Amino acid sequence: MTQRLFAPITLLLVLIFLIGPFLIIVAASFSAGDTLAFPPQGFSFKWILKVFTVESFRDSFVMSMFLAIGGTFAALLLGIPAAYAMSRYKLPFSETVRTIVSAPIIVPGIIVGLALLRYFVVPIGLSITLALFLAHTALVLPYAVRVVSASLNNLRSDIEEAAVLLGSSRLGAFFRVVLPNIRGGILSAFILGFVTSFNQVPVSLFLSGPGVRTLPVDMLGYMEIVFDPSIAALSSLLAFLSIGIVFAAERFLGFSRYV
Amino acid sequence: MSDTSFLTLDKLSLAYGNTVAVKDLDLDIRKGELLALLGPSGCGKTTTMRSIAGLMTPVGGRIRLDGADITRVAANKRAVGLVFQSYALFPHLTVFENVAFGLKLKGMRGAELEAKVASGLKSVGLAAFADRKTPELSGGQQQRVALARSMVMEPKVLLLDEPLSNLDARLRLEMRTELQRVQKESGVTMIFVTHDQVEALALADRIVVMKNGAIEQIGTPEEIYNHPVSSFVADFVGFENIFAIRDGKLVAGTGEVFLSGKLPEAAGLAWRPRAISLGSGPLKGIVRGVSFAGGTREYVLETPLGIIKAEVDAALPAHALGTDVAFDLPVGSAAPLKRFG
Repeated sequence: MTQRLFAPITLLLVLIFLIGPFLIIVAASFSAGDTLAFPPQGFSFKWILKVFTVESFRDSFVMSMFLAIGGTFAALLLGIPAAYAMSRYKLPFSETVRTIVSAPIIVPGIIVGLALLRYFVVPIGLSITLALFLAHTALVLPYAVRVVSASLNNLRSDIEEAAVLLGSSRLGAFFRVVLPNIRGGILSAFILGFVTSFNQVPVSLFLSGPGVRTLPVDMLGYMEIVFDPSIAALSSLLAFLSIGIVFAAERFLGFSRYV
Repeated sequence: MSDTSFLTLDKLSLAYGNTVAVKDLDLDIRKGELLALLGPSGCGKTTTMRSIAGLMTPVGGRIRLDGADITRVAANKRAVGLVFQSYALFPHLTVFENVAFGLKLKGMRGAELEAKVASGLKSVGLAAFADRKTPELSGGQQQRVALARSMVMEPKVLLLDEPLSNLDARLRLEMRTELQRVQKESGVTMIFVTHDQVEALALADRIVVMKNGAIEQIGTPEEIYNHPVSSFVADFVGFENIFAIRDGKLVAGTGEVFLSGKLPEAAGLAWRPRAISLGSGPLKGIVRGVSFAGGTREYVLETPLGIIKAEVDAALPAHALGTDVAFDLPVGSAAPLKRFG
């Protein structure tokens, strides 16, 4: 009897371990009390509503959205041609390029942030916004290359030759037959990149300067001063936003095929 | 170059990096001909086909088509069609859109486009499938779409890469007839690449047998089948028993053998299994294998000449495994080879 219960109980504990913190935050965000606490004291929407009134949250949210959308877009502009070149041509340093492109995944964000700050922002006098933009592009690039590569590898290369023999140019063949067939992969890469960028803390922490910060960094700063449940409320909102995006992607695109 | 040549390959050389795939190949192809490029993998047949399509640039030589030098003409300006082995249909487009692809690039629109695509699909028996997505189709149907997609462009030359190899036996026969019909109706010059001698013999007007990037023999199916010029071609078209001739004697693995009958002036002799006479003759062998093949019985004999394969009428009494059997290699029914090795 105990043996039969062992597996389900283990599973339950793992699930609690994974989802528990999230549930606590969600519960805390509906608290009626004045400090971040669990179990929540009472029930109210006041902290959820408060989130929308904090001005710095609004600014940093816009900043984070700009970095996530703009940085992912830029990463795809670089990553799609790179992935295409690696999948279609036998390049002399293909493996090296693949490794370098993957580097931002492996190198800790703290180091990337410090290096960017010390050797780019400070000496060149790069603007903070531009530095953040470049850093986020670089961070998202590996995901863009990998996910797009995966869908390119599933696509036969002879359809491009077929298009050329039917009168298309090489470039035209890319837009007419390659792009439409890797659309799902590109959208998946975009979502993955967006979420990665949006949730990024260490690199942004180093590069954030006066008046320019991303939402997660702003939240950290806010918590150091104020310890009310609005942070929990904001976290819950962001979590539901992410879940919503990924769920929609899975539902409409079969997201998990590419990641 | 002959006057009747429509497509001419003139000292064509092709290479992948430093690896030479085809060397100084000369070939004249007539208008409206159905030509097979036959050879084992790596013989350069596919490379030759790709260079005609413009997907590969020659390192030497010229390609002329319909009076014009197309050696440096881009693939999308050549009016050469190619049906890929994998069919290479566009998976995001319907059957109709696949066939319309090239026509649209030519600027064809509206009713003219619809009519042209419809007649193209009708000619391959797929009129009812216009709105299907291509991955839903069977292999045979996909190939028909690929054929229609190339044919509506009215190419001067249609190339086909292993057109029958991905189909099952029944479909293969059907497609073979289909290809011959399309070719006769349209009069298009058709070149197909294959490693299967049966396909080449059944389909082609003329066969080019290739070996190591060069042409080994050109001829009609009858010529290739009955009169192979070399041991390579003989082996490729089913002569199982092939021997060299040296100093007027047949050379076998174990030494030289005298045969009844005068040897012709040739580098070698080849016998099909059917040409071996079993039961009497000056030579002796032991039966090492026997299998019933319907109308005939196939034997594998261990002999002083090495392994001999024979095929005789199944109505004749069978020789049991392990028994001695007399046989003859009748010189009169051998194919003389001009080249050996």
